[in-house]
Amino acid sequence: MSQPPVVSVAVPPAPQQAAWKRFLGPENRYLAPAFITCILLAGHLSFGILESYQKTGLAIVAALLTELALGRAFSGKWPNLASAYITGISVGILVRSPAFWPYVLCAVVSIMSKYVLRIKGRHIWNPSNFGISALLFLAPETVASLSIQWGNYLLPMVVIWCLGSVIIWRVRRFHITATYVICFVALAFLRSHITGSPWQSEIAPLTGPMYQLFIFFMITDPKTTVRSTFWQCVVVAVVAVVEMILRLSQVVYAPFYALFMVGPAAMLIEMWFSTRRTASKPVTA
Amino acid sequence: MKRGPAARIVLAIVFAALVISPLIIKQYASRRNEAKARLDVQTALARHGFYLQEVSHAAGVNFVHQGPTLDPRLDHIMPQVASMGASVSIVDFDRDGWPDIYVTNSKEGAKNALYHNMNDGTFEDVAEEMGIADVNRPGTGVSMSAVWGDYDNDGYEDLLLIKWGKPELFHNDAGHGFTRVTDQVGLPPWVNANTALWFDYDGDGLLDFFIGGYYNENVDLWHLSSTKMMPDSFEYAKNGGRKYLFHNLGNGKFEEVSAKVGIDSRRWALASAAADLRGTGHPDLFVANDYGVSELYFNDGHSFHDVGEQTGVGFAPKSGMNASFGDILNQGRYAVYVSNISEAGVLIQGNNLWMPKEGAGGDKLKFENLARDFGVEIGGWSFGAQFGDLNNDGTLDLYLTNGYVSLDHQRSYWYDFSKIAGGHSLIINDAKNWPAMEGRSLSGYQTKHVWLNDGSGKFVDVAQAVGVTDTYDGRAVALVDLWNRGVLDVVVANQRGPLLIYKNTVTPDNQWIEFDLEGTKSNRSAIGAQVTMFWNAQHQVQEVSGGSGFAAQNQRRLHFGLGKNPRVEKAVIRWPSGKTQTIDNPAPGQIHTIKEPS
Repeated sequence: MSQPPVVSVAVPPAPQQAAWKRFLGPENRYLAPAFITCILLAGHLSFGILESYQKTGLAIVAALLTELALGRAFSGKWPNLASAYITGISVGILVRSPAFWPYVLCAVVSIMSKYVLRIKGRHIWNPSNFGISALLFLAPETVASLSIQWGNYLLPMVVIWCLGSVIIWRVRRFHITATYVICFVALAFLRSHITGSPWQSEIAPLTGPMYQLFIFFMITDPKTTVRSTFWQCVVVAVVAVVEMILRLSQVVYAPFYALFMVGPAAMLIEMWFSTRRTASKPVTA
Repeated sequence: MKRGPAARIVLAIVFAALVISPLIIKQYASRRNEAKARLDVQTALARHGFYLQEVSHAAGVNFVHQGPTLDPRLDHIMPQVASMGASVSIVDFDRDGWPDIYVTNSKEGAKNALYHNMNDGTFEDVAEEMGIADVNRPGTGVSMSAVWGDYDNDGYEDLLLIKWGKPELFHNDAGHGFTRVTDQVGLPPWVNANTALWFDYDGDGLLDFFIGGYYNENVDLWHLSSTKMMPDSFEYAKNGGRKYLFHNLGNGKFEEVSAKVGIDSRRWALASAAADLRGTGHPDLFVANDYGVSELYFNDGHSFHDVGEQTGVGFAPKSGMNASFGDILNQGRYAVYVSNISEAGVLIQGNNLWMPKEGAGGDKLKFENLARDFGVEIGGWSFGAQFGDLNNDGTLDLYLTNGYVSLDHQRSYWYDFSKIAGGHSLIINDAKNWPAMEGRSLSGYQTKHVWLNDGSGKFVDVAQAVGVTDTYDGRAVALVDLWNRGVLDVVVANQRGPLLIYKNTVTPDNQWIEFDLEGTKSNRSAIGAQVTMFWNAQHQVQEVSGGSGFAAQNQRRLHFGLGKNPRVEKAVIRWPSGKTQTIDNPAPGQIHTIKEPS
């Protein structure tokens, strides 16, 4: 979850647009940060979802400072912080640890991954997906991920789903989320058939906040998804399939690890094809 | 200014170092753990000042807890639903001066046991002849916990037994037997309770009692009308059992006053404890809830006010399973220990050690969780815990038992558990949606923790070193000087496991003092009486408890370790009646029996 899903879409602002349309428009790079902040505030003020204000604040500050330092050092200009803010806030929500250091480490590693793990000028892992997956894998005795409900009520969940869908639709990435959800549900029934578990238990994770953040912010990150709409859908379907395989192996954090594996692979394949296409084009005078 | 390749290489090295840093931390931690190898008695005594030896069989105690078998519609998750009921409480039921042990059983038709201390190192089960064994008859539910208090001030401790079923009150007939007085008292017909305690909340000299419901009281776990009886959230559940506060009216009569005094909660209570946290003379009530936040009720002597959020203890929801108080820094203030769940790779809630903040006393009392700083945070799937000075060095140590469901060693239910725990209330609430356990363990076979307090804010786990090596599914812990030797022995009740008695051997260099209190104007059990011991220019406060930990009650007698060559100044007793009594220069190495001055 690093980028507002709008950055890569270049649509000129329509001068006659209403204010709400401009706010919800793809040109508004602060839409995603605003949305995730709303989720955070609503979740916390109603149900106290955060481990603590300090830990979430620490993650956000660590992400922003790292972005500022590295952006300035390696691009020569002050970076826009919207992406780093989303990464920090995502880490602050998704990481669960009684210790403080995982919040800092996860935020710093997430942002650094954008600057270190680059191929042909593009970073290939979604930053927070990289940071959270690395920490869950390497420090399981200290770190877990948010895996429980926010409250007992249906309404907050419906609101988040509706608002998230509208925003994702406005920024033209709804197809990614929709494809993933359809695949997840279909594969949940398949898993239920294979394992004999109630289908409700297989669907259950999708109703939780971890997935809401995963499907609205992580898998839709334009910087780390392939470019064509069709292949975006294919890739996210593959993510769901790999996740199912991991789930059949009882891997608790299957969605993070699935995206961790499939996302960069898809990017590399796209780059390879892109290079081949460029190389095979006849040179024109 | 763009950076060149050298800068990128440096960045890559720093990045790699950061990524692998958790592995380095883990390696360092595992080396430290290797130092916790088991020691022989003499080495443990020399290094830690005490050694615990499990002696249940030698003491004639061969009790094995049995779990219930509930409605067949819960068969697929029976091990986790029927995962509580092992409890232990300490009482000197016949006033012979030697502590006895009462333990509960939870299989339909199985019998509870009252182990009478024979004063020769052995115990004899007398529950049957005393009339408090056969209390799990089919149709009446099964035992979950028991606490003792002398509600009629006749000098003999009476028994409050709570169940997933019909709660019972037994009057102690001068140590010769027990009479069931449940119907006279007007106890509710059915409560699925896991916690209860005695306390005199209004200071009238008569003991009242609190019962905390877990499952909703409308649920008969043997005959379910619906499988929608599970919590409606893993951390925000409010569909649990109601709470009861029975006010003692005297003459064997009680009145249920919970709503009237402001206790109105449907969280899933698992543990409760009461102590005067603010120096008001009235015991405040702490309730640790599963599937949600803890509750703290300030008591003004007439009514209770939930200040959980205000004081900081009711902010982050976890899976509270224990509540115990201890003045761990010898400051005259209580810390509260709440146990939760930690399972590497899945769920790291961490236990809570709620320390009172400096300068925030009285009604402005606030707590902060310092479990990590003090080293008592990670305890597995933690259950009962108690503070007590196990090596008599003058500081309170912490004994924690743990382990949820130990079945197949190789196969874990955690993946399925985490899947359903994240589901919406419509899913998690219905037992039929829960995946089958199929013999898998859920945080089973866990090693226990005996945290030794160094007095300056650090606890070190010495469980293996001092002989606590069992891996049963521990539930209740009670600390008691079983053989009047001036040391705290440990009794542990295990779910579907044996009752363990860890006999303590303490280095003779460290001295001790104990106080056996009896109220006159106050309740005769002296529950709520505080003793502040002053020695070596420090002081420690302890309070007689009517139930604490998880499904447990320590001995009523208060035990203080004093360390080597103590210069004992005085003991100040504040009785529940408000009376204060000072005993100058009490002799160490003795049990002081003290009656409240009239």
